[in-house]
Parts: sequence; C-alpha cells; structure tokens
Amino acid sequence: MTAAREASRPKVVIVGAGPAGMRAAETLVGAGLHPVIIDEGARAGGQIYRRPPEGFTRSPEQLYGSEAAKARALHALFDRMAADGLLTHHPRRSVVAVRDGQLHVLAENGVQAIGYDRLILATGASDRVAPVPGWQSAGVYSLGAAQIALKAQGVALGRRIVLMGTGPLLTLVGAQLLKAGAQVAAVLDTSPWHQQMKGLPGLAARPAVMLRGLVLRARLGTRYRAGVVLERIETDPDGPVAVRWRDSGGRENRTECDMVGMGWHLRAETHLADLTGCAFSYDRQWHQWLPQADRLGRAGNGIYLAGDGVRLLGADGAETAGRLAAAACLADLGRQAPAVDAGLRELARLERFARGVSRAFPWPAAMTRGLPDDTIVCRCENVTAGMVRASVALGGGEANRVKSLSRLGMGRCQGRYCQLAGADLVAAQAGCSPDAVGRFRGQAPVRPTPIGALLHEG
Amino acid sequence: MISDGRIVRLAERDRPPVRFSLDGVPCHALEGDTVLTAVLASARAVRVSEFGPEPRAGFCLMGACQDCWVWQEEGPRLRACSMPIAEGMRLRTLPPEDWP
Ligand SMILES: Cc1cc2nc3c(=O)[nH]c(=O)nc-3n(C[C@H](O)[C@H](O)[C@H](O)COP(=O)(O)OP(=O)(O)OC[C@H]3O[C@@H](n4cnc5c(N)ncnc54)[C@H](O)[C@@H]3O)c2cc1C
Ligand code: FES
Repeated sequence: MTAAREASRPKVVIVGAGPAGMRAAETLVGAGLHPVIIDEGARAGGQIYRRPPEGFTRSPEQLYGSEAAKARALHALFDRMAADGLLTHHPRRSVVAVRDGQLHVLAENGVQAIGYDRLILATGASDRVAPVPGWQSAGVYSLGAAQIALKAQGVALGRRIVLMGTGPLLTLVGAQLLKAGAQVAAVLDTSPWHQQMKGLPGLAARPAVMLRGLVLRARLGTRYRAGVVLERIETDPDGPVAVRWRDSGGRENRTECDMVGMGWHLRAETHLADLTGCAFSYDRQWHQWLPQADRLGRAGNGIYLAGDGVRLLGADGAETAGRLAAAACLADLGRQAPAVDAGLRELARLERFARGVSRAFPWPAAMTRGLPDDTIVCRCENVTAGMVRASVALGGGEANRVKSLSRLGMGRCQGRYCQLAGADLVAAQAGCSPDAVGRFRGQAPVRPTPIGALLHEG
Repeated sequence: MISDGRIVRLAERDRPPVRFSLDGVPCHALEGDTVLTAVLASARAVRVSEFGPEPRAGFCLMGACQDCWVWQEEGPRLRACSMPIAEGMRLRTLPPEDWP
C-alpha cells in the first residue's frame, strides 16, 4: 500500500482484545481499514477466552469446555489477521487516560500517546463484589480470580474452597474447579430458589444455555445451597479459616476453608468511557451505572462501546456487539458498512436472556445495607461501613462528598470493588435510592502509573 | 501437588523450573507462572497492607484491584498477577528500607 493511501485511511483504535474487540477488528479489516488494538493481556482473548502463556499444553476443550469451538475460531481469526499485518496489536499495554483524541498507553518502558480518529472501547467487565465481614483477608478472591488461576495457570488458590455470591459464574467456577480436582467445600448462593424462578421467562430465550447451567449445578450436588445468608468469613492472621452462614431455613452453619471466592455476577468496566465524556444512566436491574450508547454502540464524539463494558450480554453478545459497533463506525466514516439487522435481532434475544439472569441472580442489596459498622467496605484502605455512615451524617448522601470525607473509592482499585456497596450504605443512611446517591466521577490514570512514566511521556 | 504456600497445582506441572528469591530466601517456580503464582507457591502473601494488619495476596487476578503489588530488591514494584516470573528475580514483601 502506498504511503499516501496509508495516510488517508482513518485511524480506528480498539481497546480490549476480548470477543467484542476481536470481532470489531475483523469487521474493520473486512472494510479495508487497519485497526490498532490495545490490551493488557499478553495474548488476545479477553476474559472468557483468556489464553495461558506459551508452552502450556491443555487443549481448548479442557480450557473452555462447551465454548471451545468459539475460542478456537476467535483465536485463529485474530492470530491470522495479526500475522498477515492487517492490524496492529499492542499487547501488555494499559490505556490509562484519554484526552483530546489521544490515548495514554502504559507499557513496561513508560507512557506513550496514541492518537485516534475513532475509538472503540471493548473493555469488558469484572466481578461485581459485595463486602462480607472478613473479606479483606489474604486468601479471599473474586470468583473471576479463581477461574483465571485455573485457566491461565492451572492452579487452585487454596486447598479447601468456599465459593459465595450469585450468578452464572458461581456455578461455572464451582464445576470447573471440581472437574480439575480442587476441593470445593461449599457453593453458597445468596439468591433463593423463588427468586431464581422469576428469571425463568427471560432465561428461556436461550434454552440450551439454561440447560447447561442446570447440568453444571447438578454436578455440585449438595455443595450448592440457594437462599443462603452470609454472616462472616472467620480469619486468622494467615487467611480465612471458615465461613459462617445460615441456610434458607435459618439454621446456622460453619464451613471450614482456607480460600474464599466471591462474586455477584458482573460489573461493567466503564472508567475509560467515563474519561471520554460518555453520558451515564443508572440501570436498576443491573444495579449499576452504565454508559449510554445507541443500539449499535455509538456514544457520540467518535466513541463506540461494545461488549460487557456497556451491556452485560455475555460472550456471544460481545461478539455481535463488536461487529455492530464497527459497522456503526464504518457508516459514520462514510464507508461501506455490513448490514446490521440480523445482529440487532440477535442482541434483542440476548438482552431478554440477560434480563432473566439479572432477575434470577440479583445484587444482595439487603445484605450490604445491613453490614455491621466494623465491616470493611473498601479493602484498599480499610474504610468501614461505620465510617461511610458517619460521613453521610456529616456531609449528606452524595457519592463524591462521601468519597472525599470517608476516602471510600480513593484507593488503588479506584472504587471498582466498593462503589456499589458504598452507594447502598449511603442510600440506606440518607433514606434515598442508590441512583440518587450519584456515581464516583472517573479519574485518570485508570491504572496506577509511576510518576516517572508520566513525566517522561513522549 | 501441595505447596508450602497457598496454591495447589492441578495441571501443567511439567514446565521447566525458574529460580527467584523472596525476602532473601531462595524459591522456585515454573516457567510461565505469574509472579503471583510463583510467590503463592512458596508463601502465604505478597505484601502487607498499608492500612491494616492483614497481609495481602491479590484479589482479582485481572489487573483491576492492584492488591497484588510486590516489591523488588531493586527496580520498580510489580503487579504480580500480570507479570511473568523471570529467572533471578529478587522480590520482597516489605518496602525496601530507603522507601520514604
Ligand atoms: C473474570 C471473568 C471470568 C469470566 N468467565 C466467563 C466464562 O467462563 N464464561 C462466560 O460465558 N462468561 C464469562 N465471563 C463473562 C465474559 O467475560 C464476557 O461475557 C465476555 O468475555 C465479554 O467480552 P468482552 O469482549 O466484552 O470483554 P472481555 O472479554 O472482558 O475483554 C476485555 C479486554 O479489555 C482489556 N482492557 C480493559 N481495560 C483495559 C485498559 N484500560 N487498557 C488495556 N486493556 C484493557 C482487558 O484486558 C480484556 O482483555 C467472565 C467475566 C469475568 C470478568
Ligand atoms: S490481583 Fe488484582 S491487580 Fe493483581
């Protein structure tokens, strides 16, 4: 290609090489563009299709189970596009800020600026976590962490494991750990059966997926308990020693363990969307703030959002959303864009299913509102529920005021793991709903960045 | 395979060994381990919390929580869950003495 033609091609940058980012890249390449795709991972794949380091030997069937064919297809597609020079892949790099049409990208040797004409954010999600007394202890992990350890490293994070929370990942991780030979003592679901039944009409939009979930759940046997009330994680200076919980009949239980995995479905990763100035709205069903975009993922100002970072539709939905966002981008650039009708219909079906999931496996708002005062809510800086409540008494029920008074959300995770529970506590104390509390404003850098790297930015 | 640390290796055990040190004690891990896996194969934590009594051993393993930062004898701190272990790394769970 001549330099002149190269220069005339608009520069589209994609952040995130999960299913959404990879399909967006494919669609852009198909239209003759050369996208740049940036991801923190060493190899493209994202969360569900995360690949172990080179030299590991388990097959995709062992790693991804029923989703192995999809994983193979996506990895092969991406590796082929990269090998053929159809895109530029920047692995092991974190986008830490977005400003004036430029991404600030942290690599091992410092921060680099990468300009874009259009930006597709496919940043995925992380576990939606609720505090449980004792969760700050070493040896308590997110459910996703337990899965990543198994998938990418072939290890269990403890000898005797208790999983707690709710959602598809709870059952899945339990079944995956058992199959791999880990000792799983209990899988404690805070959603009661009658609540799970309410999700059925939505879940029926994907009967095969629902059935697969039930089969996995059956493999857990009596380890799986629904409608559990979590009391606390008992710890010694070394880590967890047991979980105290009550069953659906109110009976007290104590399960010994040395590792806990926790998660209540997913929380969209929205920090970069926030920095680009996207509007947000509170979604009551998902119990979180989500960036706003049109059906194709257009968020305005040349920004497009795709995948779990904007709507929690799962991996298949992420593939479709990635294609649609790229199609919108191409149309806006005045280029030939692929048809979108079939993709939009598919998204509508997946949306019905996802609504069923959110109904069946809700955020444990009653639990977070009732946390004892000495429970740590921010595990970065050990801010307690009592400190959050006291800051409401002092400064009122607005998220950013609570943040500056209590330091909630100021720690190294930047509020990713405390904001939702914090908003519940504030809402309960101020007598309003969590959306009236507002949300923490996103701040750059979205990942800790050494001062030296920022000073030498070039 | 049970270790002295936190983790249990369930698969991918036939990888070449890598030597490193933690708080001056020689340890070994396997090629392809992250720094976090390597440390937790031998120890119960990667650092001590600045805000409370508990040791910390990572939380998310996906670069989102920053709970897993570990010190080196020299050079910058590492995010243990996303950095591969390398032969000869010298790690420590406490900040070096000259850290302000
Ligand atoms: C830990 C975890 C485990 C999961 N496991 C399963 C599972 O087993 N089965 C299932 O059906 N679903 C699973 N899910 C849900 C699943 O992740 C999604 O449905 C699917 O992967 C979403 O695809 P995506 O492309 O939107 O995002 P992801 O696959 O999450 O990809 C997002 C990518 O963006 C990158 N990224 C984010 N921020 C930055 C930044 N600032 N700089 C650089 N790169 C960045 C990340 O490194 C990541 O690779 C899991 C989710 C999580 C969080
Ligand atoms: S464990 Fe969360 S960033 Fe490493």
